[in-house]
Amino acid sequence: MKDMQPDARRPYVRPMEGWWRKNPFFVRYMARELTALVVAAYAFVLLIGLLCLAQGEAAYNGWLAVLRHPVSLSLHAVGLVAMAYHTWTWFEIMPKTMPPIVVHGKRVAGHVVTAVGVAAAIGVTLVLFLAVWGIKP
Amino acid sequence: MRKHSNARSNAPIFWALFGAGGMLSALTGPVLVFMTGIAIPAGFLLSPDLMSYPRMLGFAQNFIGKLCILAVVVLFLWHAAHRVFKSLHDVGIHPGPASKLACYGTAFAGSMLAVYGVVAVGF
Amino acid sequence: MDKVIQIEVLRYRPEQDEEPFFQAYAVPFTDDMSVLQGLQYIKDELDSTLSYRWSCRMAICGSCGMMINGKPELSCHTFLRDFYPHKLRVEPLNHFPIERDLVVRPDDFIRKLESIKPYIIARDVRRLDQGEYLQTPAERDRYEQYSSCINCMLCYAACPQYGLNSEFMGPGVLALLHRYNMDSRDSGQAERKELVNAEEGVWNCTAVGYCSEVCPKGVDPANAVNVNKINSAKDFFFNLLRLAGGGK
Repeated sequence: MKDMQPDARRPYVRPMEGWWRKNPFFVRYMARELTALVVAAYAFVLLIGLLCLAQGEAAYNGWLAVLRHPVSLSLHAVGLVAMAYHTWTWFEIMPKTMPPIVVHGKRVAGHVVTAVGVAAAIGVTLVLFLAVWGIKP
Repeated sequence: MRKHSNARSNAPIFWALFGAGGMLSALTGPVLVFMTGIAIPAGFLLSPDLMSYPRMLGFAQNFIGKLCILAVVVLFLWHAAHRVFKSLHDVGIHPGPASKLACYGTAFAGSMLAVYGVVAVGF
Repeated sequence: MDKVIQIEVLRYRPEQDEEPFFQAYAVPFTDDMSVLQGLQYIKDELDSTLSYRWSCRMAICGSCGMMINGKPELSCHTFLRDFYPHKLRVEPLNHFPIERDLVVRPDDFIRKLESIKPYIIARDVRRLDQGEYLQTPAERDRYEQYSSCINCMLCYAACPQYGLNSEFMGPGVLALLHRYNMDSRDSGQAERKELVNAEEGVWNCTAVGYCSEVCPKGVDPANAVNVNKINSAKDFFFNLLRLAGGGK
């Protein structure tokens, strides 16, 4: 298979360069993969906050001040969109990544799996938000 | 030419972490980003006091709080590390030991810092 | 008066061409004509040197796979009317070496197909006098969809991971492996495990999902591959426990 001699039939191997730009399906796939950078960035923001918290009030308030800055707010808004896209694409691919679920003898359709996942995400969002909203001052 | 080996891959470790982090971030990511990055700092819908130093210290010193912080930071980092590692390959960077170390190494370092952090804030 | 559609075909004659190039043909057509019939018109009437594979012309033999406007399709299953009045670009299946014109080298796919033990490996082999292996409709349902594969290789043309690394076992072959593992008459999972667990088994897949999108038979190879990630991971951790418990 790994021929040392050049093949006399001269098969032509096409390059893969730029493969994902050539098909909208692949562009969406790359966008999905790119959301990982936002997940990482957010984790680092929290991590820095945690480390500042450990250092003391002054350091932590410094971190909070950065979070209040319009640039941070704008970046988080972009991050929110990216996170939401991650949520959507995670449950969009889930019918493929899970074994088929059979209910009452019939297989649950892919779009139902996705809908349940998205509903769960909305549910968790509401529960967490309302829990925080309900914290007494 | 790529070397082909039928040796058992250790991918399951990283994939399991990727999956756990992906599910957690899919469910909680948007609302956490909204609350900690927009609503509370800007005082929009939620009070900015919710992330005040005394409040956050109390949360981080609490056992459940520590678990939450660790779960989010550690799992988000390992999810991202695995996805970035795979994506580097997608854009032509060979998935060799160097890129593996860069990606998973960063997640590991971040995880260690997170463990240090939750201990350093006290109990 | 027939409508005429422009078809650009990627040509490659290794004995005279350094590289592939596009050649345009004006093909008169009627609404019932497939892309395959368009190619047949070209070969019969315009340019007899054009080479391509085809057989059943009804989407069951898997011979006529090619890239049509950048998408892997069966040319017998794709219709000229859906592209008119725009032009049509026809290329050989992606990710395979081009032998000549629209003919690719499927050797790697065939070799992989043979490597996964694509046959029933029964635990208790039945003699002829013992009669058939019995299977309920529910048991049949567990693997039926994965058995629909016609080996057309569209999923390999769709899979960027296969394109980036041809050592990857790939969607279609892993779907066939899954078909046998899920068959109640088969007990060969252990024999096929090593291929699944390898880096270039299921672990090369990044769940792009395009393979299932292009499959003309609804096999859903993406599902077959990704479900086997779960199986492979279970096997990995079970093996770790086994080593920790009983081994050195």
